[in-house]
Amino acid sequence: MTVRGSDGDWQDEVRRVARGIRRRVLAHTVANSGGYLSQACSAAEILATLYIKSMNLAPVKTPILPGPFPGTPGPGNRRYTTGAAYNGEQGADFDRFILSPAQYALALYAALAEVGRLAPEGMQQFNQDGGIVEMIGAEHSPGMEVMTGSLGQGLSQAAGIAAARRLKGETGRVWVFMSDGEFQSGQNWEAVQAAAHHRLANLAVVVDVNGQQCDGEVGSVMTVEPLKKRLESFGARVCRLNGHNIEALAGAGSLRPQNRPLVILANTNPCQGLALLRARSPKLHYVRFGGEDERLAYREALKILEVPED
Amino acid sequence: MQMETKVHYQNFVNWAKDKPEVLVLSADLTGSTEIDLFRDTYPERFFSMGIAEQNMLSFAGGLAREGFVPFVHTFAVFIYRRAYDQIAMSVSYPNLPVKMFGFLPGITTPGGATHQAVEDISVLRSLPNITILECGDATDVESVAEVAYRTPGPVYVRMLRGEIPRLFSPRDPMRLGSNRIISRGDDIAILTSGICTEEALRVSHAVKKRGIGVTHIHVTTLKPFNDPEVLAAIRRARLGVITMENHSVIGGLGSSAAELMAKHGVGKRLLRIGLNDTYAHGASRRYLMKEYEIDAAALVRRVEELVQAELHITEAELAEVYLAPVHSAAREEAL
Repeated sequence: MTVRGSDGDWQDEVRRVARGIRRRVLAHTVANSGGYLSQACSAAEILATLYIKSMNLAPVKTPILPGPFPGTPGPGNRRYTTGAAYNGEQGADFDRFILSPAQYALALYAALAEVGRLAPEGMQQFNQDGGIVEMIGAEHSPGMEVMTGSLGQGLSQAAGIAAARRLKGETGRVWVFMSDGEFQSGQNWEAVQAAAHHRLANLAVVVDVNGQQCDGEVGSVMTVEPLKKRLESFGARVCRLNGHNIEALAGAGSLRPQNRPLVILANTNPCQGLALLRARSPKLHYVRFGGEDERLAYREALKILEVPED
Repeated sequence: MQMETKVHYQNFVNWAKDKPEVLVLSADLTGSTEIDLFRDTYPERFFSMGIAEQNMLSFAGGLAREGFVPFVHTFAVFIYRRAYDQIAMSVSYPNLPVKMFGFLPGITTPGGATHQAVEDISVLRSLPNITILECGDATDVESVAEVAYRTPGPVYVRMLRGEIPRLFSPRDPMRLGSNRIISRGDDIAILTSGICTEEALRVSHAVKKRGIGVTHIHVTTLKPFNDPEVLAAIRRARLGVITMENHSVIGGLGSSAAELMAKHGVGKRLLRIGLNDTYAHGASRRYLMKEYEIDAAALVRRVEELVQAELHITEAELAEVYLAPVHSAAREEAL
């Protein structure tokens, strides 16, 4: 079952999903004493808006329970499949989703569970040996279809897919979820340059500009700003907006620039919806609890998220 | 020996005519890889990717995922050195039909160390799913696209351009995993690849005239390295085996032969001719082959080492390429 809100109630649905993403990732982090938590806090509205409002994906009949690792692709592996099935059957009119920063996998799994594409119990397979619900998502992981863990390759592959779909006359778009720190990688600029040169208007990129990366604040590691000016000068149509404002996200997602790729820079707060996290700043990339006290504090925060908003 | 010019230029255009799924990607070396006629003939199937190889290889992976067969064209060195991670994760891991045509392999370029692909086979051979082919003459160049196209998954090709000798009959195309047997004999096995085959053809006939039996095989399929004829030739060689390649002696044809011999417990001498764990520099092909000892004279010295005798082969003898009447096992059966 896929929930695509009808006019008037999609905002409620997006908010419910966003809250669910934070809740599921926090629950996981509490249970495992660690996790990619800030990514869920910053990207919850982006992922929720993409799945509920912006992306045109085929429905999934019943939430999929992840199977065992199917092996790596190769001539002898007939069982192999990617994780694309969680985004519905592919078709000329349907959109595609590419997760570029593969460390957002946990947030993506939570999103898939919230929109009824991943069986919620599948979240328990996260980072378990022999499974596909991997910590750094691979192309066989739920909701993924290309290898992106080596940052910089996602956008290029998505651009290739977009070029191929245009050659085939398909009308569906190719959506890429990215993070701001990735723009330190030269390959992403090669990809933007190529997508603009080849006028890939069917390519849409949403960037979670949360200002965080593994070593700390992006600005302290390697400056990527001004991202909007840089991307525009590379030939993209760029919108910059509040990444927790779901109307703004949905509005930008409905833009169809002629002859250019679209990039939505979504400014976000890595502690959004979980003020407690602020205390760990600027080291937010991966949260590992310092002790039982901290764990208990997060458990209390989880209880608040577990109470339905209405 | 007949010389051919710009074989790929027209041949690929003809070959790709009725294959709408065949695309070409080029990184600012379109004329330099003889693919400009394709660009002008089928502009909708040509992607200019600029001097940006990492994006080009990942982009090619994206195209291949959607059912196209991209033929990446640039210099060999720029494919694997500049985009190794992209080949590994965007192409080879997902086993996608991206065909990488690497021009000017080894010391065939005067461009110096930056332009010379001297360890490409070594590093690409260790990537799962990938097939590696190398061209040694005009017939190889004419038929390699079809072999690469018919072979599932990623294929890396060491390609030739410009003036190319015709060593093998046009009716005897390259075949995957079935290398060309140029001569048969029981004393020495000589395995050569790429431009070294022409060089070895200058030697093997003179050696045979001195009563030494030589099995000479032109190896076009470098991975997988499982041609039973190669193992048979190695087993048969009474005095030992010589490999000769336009590549480092580490990780290429010589290493593949060593692995094969060790696996099958074939205990005999193996002499590897190639770049001896060194970079080269910018100079002519002929100069570099002599300087780095991957020429006919070097092969003569290695043969003399195995037979433990001086063969007194003159430079005049080495000037000529003797073309064997039988080009491969396939031709032999046909006769």
